[in-house]
Amino acid sequence: MSQSQHNDSPGANRGSEKLPEGRAPGTAPVKAVALVSGGLDSMLAVRVIQEQGIHVEGINFYTGFCVEGHTHAIRKKDQGKDKRNNALWVAEQLGIKLHIIDIVEEYKDVLLNPKHGYGANMNPCLDCKIFMVHKALEWAEKHGFDFIITGEVIGQRPMSQRKDTLPVVARESGAHDRLLRPLCAKNLPPTLPEREGWVERDKLHDFSGRTRKPQMALAARFGFSDYASPAGGCCFLTDEAYSRKLVDLWQARGRREYEMDDIMLLKVGRHIRPAPHYKLIVGREEGENNFLEGYRKQFVHLRCTSHTGPLVLLDGEANEEDLRLAARITARYSKGHLAEQVTVQVTGLDGVSRELAVAPLPPDELKPEWHL
Amino acid sequence: MARYQLDARRLFCPMPVIRTQNRVAELQPGDVLEVTCTDPGALNDIPAWCRINGHRVLGTRRGDNEVIIEVEVGDGA
Repeated sequence: MSQSQHNDSPGANRGSEKLPEGRAPGTAPVKAVALVSGGLDSMLAVRVIQEQGIHVEGINFYTGFCVEGHTHAIRKKDQGKDKRNNALWVAEQLGIKLHIIDIVEEYKDVLLNPKHGYGANMNPCLDCKIFMVHKALEWAEKHGFDFIITGEVIGQRPMSQRKDTLPVVARESGAHDRLLRPLCAKNLPPTLPEREGWVERDKLHDFSGRTRKPQMALAARFGFSDYASPAGGCCFLTDEAYSRKLVDLWQARGRREYEMDDIMLLKVGRHIRPAPHYKLIVGREEGENNFLEGYRKQFVHLRCTSHTGPLVLLDGEANEEDLRLAARITARYSKGHLAEQVTVQVTGLDGVSRELAVAPLPPDELKPEWHL
Repeated sequence: MARYQLDARRLFCPMPVIRTQNRVAELQPGDVLEVTCTDPGALNDIPAWCRINGHRVLGTRRGDNEVIIEVEVGDGA
């Protein structure tokens, strides 16, 4: 692992006329802030710029939809797995500071009103990238950093990393030519850091397309043998099943909005909607049941008391007939699913519990279209 | 030096790190922040964040379904 921050390169100091106020001419080090996702591309982009003697710090944004660790932390069977945060891990390998920024609230507008629309699922990738570069620009200006780098590669991603959309990101984020993509810079017009000589363009790259071979070769050159999977797999919004549950949530509520608890619960359990006005969230194993326990006071909830079974949250309004069906579904996922009758405890929002004796719902009566 | 506590229970990665980062930014070098988490991933993440940002983990311990991490605030270098 290299912790080097080279400072003997021609790029280590800027021309005096470009220095921000308050810095002595010729002495202020050039500084770049990098969007660090935890994947290979941003890792390589940082190292390419570090090799030119630039001080780099990382920034990582938390939208609430990041895959990082959540389900591993919740599910019991995954609790033995390595739960490293890839962005932190990458930062440590690179020897850079990492600033993790909570953008959950601000991100709602990006997801709910994407100017450039959605990708294959509910992923507003282009608006997301524009927003993140804009936030990085704000951070850079506040902390006296000179330019922004990303691991973007022309043609790598179908929405946000195309030849016609990379300039859109630079323009609409407000970063303009302070946005440098070290992995594909030679395919793009020179940016400010290149024109000013802070960065040598010849030492940047001309990667393009979906092939990962150039990145793998560069990783080998830098001695990176362990890195996370390619980008795209780090956001729940690119996941078809997750997106379907999110759209269902909005349809059921009659309005497009969400809170942090909503998007967390979409990541957990089986989601079953027997009727438009309510759905059930059924814990699939001990870890998920423990997680759902934390939401008991916010939901009507059911649990089989005559047999071992999952905790089930009921989201919506349910009448007596609905509650009986919910109890039968709860029983269907219990150890008593083959019994003639089981007892299910139903607890209301007022905390008052009562027991229902029900027959578990047979599998053929649990309609496939109820599963979200 | 002063001691402070931070409740990061029922938060999942990376929120315990973000809360720690934001609280540490308000403290002085030498202060100690005791962070209580329910996400066991915090045992990896908070020490990693400390290492790369110039802070020190004084110790970690496990309680009932909780992990506690003691962070000594560095000088930010």
